[in-house]
Amino acid sequence: MELTTDFYQLIDALKADSANSLKLFLPEITLCVSIVLFLAVRLITNKLDLFWVALAGAVVGLIFSNPLQLCGGDVQSEELFTGLLVHDGLTIAIRTVLMLFLVLFLVFTKISGVPDRDDGADVYSLVFGSTLGMCLMASANHLLIVFLAIEMAGVPSYVLAGLIKGRKRGSEAALKYAIYGAGAAGVMLYGISLLVGLTGTAHLPTMALSLAEVIPAAGLGEQAVLCLAAVMISVGVAFKLSAVPFHFWAPDVFHGACAEVNAFLSVASKAAALALLLRLAVGLGSVPLHEIGPTRAFESHQETSLSDVTSTQWVLLEDDSDAVEAVVDGDSSTVLHVEPQEPGAEEITVVDVRHEIKQAYDEALTPVRNFIGLLVAFFAVITATFGNLAAYGQKNIKRLLAYSTIAHAGYMMMAISPLMMMLSTDNAAAEEAASALIQYIVVYLFLNLGAFAIIAFLRNYVGSEEIEDYSGMIKSRPVLVICLALIFFSLVGLPPLSGFLGKFAIFASLADGYSTAGSSALLILLLAGGINTAISLFYYLRVIKTMVMREPNEEHHLGDRPVGRIEMAYVILVTVPTVFLIVCWQWVAGFADEAVKNFIS
Amino acid sequence: MLLISLIVFLPTLGALAIAFMPSKKDENGVNEKENQNMLLGATLAISIATFLVTLMTFLFAGDTAFDTELASMQSAFSVEWIPSFDIAYAMGVDGISFPLILLTTGISILAILASWSIKKHVKAYCILFLLLETGMIGVFLALDFFLFYVFWEVMLLPMYFLIGIWGGPRREYAAIKFFLYTLLGSVLMLIAILMIYFNSDLTLLDPAILAELASQNVISADVVSTVAESTSAVHTFNLVALAELAQHTDSFSTELQWWCFLLLFIGFIVKVPSIPVHTWLPDAHVEAPTPISMILAGVLLKMGGYGIIRICYPICPAGGFELSYLVVGLGVASMVYGAFAALAQTDFKRVVAYSSVSHMGYVMVGFGVWTLVGNGDYWKMGITGAMYQMIGHGISSAGMFFMVGIIYDRVHHRNLNEFGGLYGQMPKYTALAMGLFFAGLGLPGLCGFIGEVLVVLSVWRFSPLLAIISASVVIFTAGYILWTLQRVYLGPEYKGPHAEEIKPVNNREFATGAILLSLAIFFGVFPNSLIQYMDKTVGQQVTSLNEWRVGYEDALAHAEEADEDVETDEQEGDAAEEDADHEVEAHGEGESASNAELSEVALVN
Repeated sequence: MELTTDFYQLIDALKADSANSLKLFLPEITLCVSIVLFLAVRLITNKLDLFWVALAGAVVGLIFSNPLQLCGGDVQSEELFTGLLVHDGLTIAIRTVLMLFLVLFLVFTKISGVPDRDDGADVYSLVFGSTLGMCLMASANHLLIVFLAIEMAGVPSYVLAGLIKGRKRGSEAALKYAIYGAGAAGVMLYGISLLVGLTGTAHLPTMALSLAEVIPAAGLGEQAVLCLAAVMISVGVAFKLSAVPFHFWAPDVFHGACAEVNAFLSVASKAAALALLLRLAVGLGSVPLHEIGPTRAFESHQETSLSDVTSTQWVLLEDDSDAVEAVVDGDSSTVLHVEPQEPGAEEITVVDVRHEIKQAYDEALTPVRNFIGLLVAFFAVITATFGNLAAYGQKNIKRLLAYSTIAHAGYMMMAISPLMMMLSTDNAAAEEAASALIQYIVVYLFLNLGAFAIIAFLRNYVGSEEIEDYSGMIKSRPVLVICLALIFFSLVGLPPLSGFLGKFAIFASLADGYSTAGSSALLILLLAGGINTAISLFYYLRVIKTMVMREPNEEHHLGDRPVGRIEMAYVILVTVPTVFLIVCWQWVAGFADEAVKNFIS
Repeated sequence: MLLISLIVFLPTLGALAIAFMPSKKDENGVNEKENQNMLLGATLAISIATFLVTLMTFLFAGDTAFDTELASMQSAFSVEWIPSFDIAYAMGVDGISFPLILLTTGISILAILASWSIKKHVKAYCILFLLLETGMIGVFLALDFFLFYVFWEVMLLPMYFLIGIWGGPRREYAAIKFFLYTLLGSVLMLIAILMIYFNSDLTLLDPAILAELASQNVISADVVSTVAESTSAVHTFNLVALAELAQHTDSFSTELQWWCFLLLFIGFIVKVPSIPVHTWLPDAHVEAPTPISMILAGVLLKMGGYGIIRICYPICPAGGFELSYLVVGLGVASMVYGAFAALAQTDFKRVVAYSSVSHMGYVMVGFGVWTLVGNGDYWKMGITGAMYQMIGHGISSAGMFFMVGIIYDRVHHRNLNEFGGLYGQMPKYTALAMGLFFAGLGLPGLCGFIGEVLVVLSVWRFSPLLAIISASVVIFTAGYILWTLQRVYLGPEYKGPHAEEIKPVNNREFATGAILLSLAIFFGVFPNSLIQYMDKTVGQQVTSLNEWRVGYEDALAHAEEADEDVETDEQEGDAAEEDADHEVEAHGEGESASNAELSEVALVN
């Protein structure tokens, strides 16, 4: 009998949980409904242009992701579906970015004419499916969901890469992408299982909690397994971010796929992957306050398991030789021995105790944070440097931009390192680092969307994507060229264009991290970022130089058809934020600040 | 606030207006004559309007008029811009920036007057030129480090295209070289800016100073109240506040100041330019069209000097103090190197370009001679001389480049060995050129003289050796300028290429040259007309930095004394031990034992 009542209670709790979760899951549900509609409408009629359905779906999704909630003030972190997902400011922000991008992207595909009406249903359902996966990536709170979301986002992109049928290069790109993707996913899954095996859970906050207990007592073997697991998981994320050395797919896929797909892959996929990286890094590097319930606090007080944890000598997880030995003084746990006397006093002590416990746990997790920080820093430096250097020799504009996206992934990853280094010692500064990343993502959305839109429109006019064929373009299509030049200079990070502000925010967090945490890795990152900015100028400038200063190439002269008004309007619409965001930068900064407000608790 | 913003953004508004004007041109992008006149005329009108607004604001208007008796920031304002990073939209003028703003707006007008040789894509040229002007004025007016940096970089893009599209045969190379050098310098600067920002803390500053800054509107009252309430550090980008922090608190460590000075200094000497980062300058000058060379030499090079005196020294005094020999040494080296390099050139424009390297060396020397002798009067003299040299060089080098441009437009070459005898064919032009080149040479009675004399005099107290070297550079300067004049203007009648196209200067060219020459004479004869504006500000900065230096040296001396105390303690300890030894010996308890000790000591030794 007791069993059945327990069962019913469980069912009731699940019901309540689901009902609550579904309310906050509406954008994803909208995407699902849209996909079903695409497929169903085609069964009924062939006359309806599915673009309008897709646009409606994306707009509804954007409304449901409710960015205004961020203006309203405190958005508390909430776990959905029994802790599989989490809904907080970051979820809202990234979902908004993704949905906004989706709307702009759909308009862009409509104007550029890829996909045509016959392909519409397939392409839109693939794009929506992939976006669904990305939304899940941004809100994942459980390693199972992490894996599922990455696959959900990835598999449709493999198909999208080969969108244009009958083109050898496109098919090759799709195949390459799929194989790399499968490999990376496999390695990541292996890493996840190692981690889960060691900690006994896949729920991120719980995992952090058990890591905090495992690590101080971990032997060499366990440490090695932990490192291995972290590296393996990072392979999966690095693949999504096209970070060096897992970037090999990017140039080929970008070259083979059409510019529309490139825009989608470079913006949406990257934004989601960075959000995921943020979630994983912060999730594993600190124990959220709400995870330490009052009951747990007193349990640990009684069992004194915590003082065991804190008084143990532990060794840093990093395998470098300068493994610092640190002794956490047991003093902090003495505060726990407060005898509850009055009800009021008891409440206060409970809160205090929770903070104390969190601090102790977080301190135990220091090696995890340092390890993740250094790992990401390493990836960031080589990614940015390699991406910028490899872009030099490119002759195809899409390949060049592929390397540019790789380099930018490097810049964006740089924000994670100071975040990890400052986490738990200076949470406000850590939140600013996360905010810097979001600011960069917002800027980057407009930049890369604009760049690929112009490339797609130019392809429609001149039928070529070789930089050589763009020479003297300023004469025939001045507006597109000026906009592309602005976008490229913005990608370099020249003030007053918006790209500078994104870069400034990230460099600022690096400098802040260096002056608070004093880690020389951050100084190296800062210098690397600065030097990379200077060297990246060359290849962007080469394209602009060809378009502006060279005479038109008579051999490759491919038509002088003037640019249509709609194309021009769209390009200007996307470029305007690049130029004018500096005036009202506080909007972006405020949006990002609000998004990460309660992210670290 | 509105007036000052208007000065900065009037050119931008003008550029927007010009963007909507019609542009008629043929297939090669050459504009029709009437169209060209209209576009350039509009640009000229806008730059004259900017100049007039500047004059009105600072010389004639009531409450914004520049007060020469005030050393502090005037007509300043500060508005919140990006609160997340404590960035404000703050501007103001003082004695250091005011003459440079006048120079910028003035030279811009003359450069536009020299722009009628531009025939291609005139509309784009005008737009870029005006954007460049906004950047230049903005740099001199900005009081916020972030704003300063933004304006600093805003100049890059227009300049790149102005050289790269309208330049000579190797324009693309020259343009990218210019761009890359400056960008690398400014990226280093950005790193320094961020390090300074995150180490700044307004709460450490004396509330009285903060209140004074607020009363001058240099910093907004909101910030002051935030600081009063705040318990944690309040960072700032405000240049004046940062200088106060550096000189009156210890929020920036000596090591930080040293590094930031170095990084900022590299960023600025790229612009100056000083050796070893000067190599972009000859290329950029030679390839740039005449008006852009004028802007480049007349205004852009001054940005570097301005940055050093406005930012490097006040914000990183420890770095400036420790590295003063580097600054002066590089300055003297540039002077010597530039003069010798100019002697070796056969390209007329390259001679003038290297003369800029040499002359800007004086500026660095003047800023660097930080001595306490005579209550810092020598340093004040050096800075005043350097400031004067910047203005003087702005006039004379712009004039020299314009003179080169006039002859290049006619004969389409710049080879010194093929010139000669222009005196007979173009007498008016030759007279103007002689005057402007003599101004560059530093002939007494012309604007170049005052700056050079003040700088060379100030070096004597700093280092006699460097003073002798820098004084002797004057001889080489005279050498290359006189030799150049001789090869171009004197001698038998010109028979070189395009001899048939030589015609006397037209009225527009004559007017431009005459304005420059009369300015050169005016500032040579009435130096006080300029010095009165900067005197107070320079004096106050020198006094304040010298006060800081006295404190700094005291602190250093204390530290050394403390070290010495420790050493004397040790010595006393040693002495005590020796006494004990003597006692042992005195008691005569076995000489062998003491011998053994001695041998041990010997072994140790």
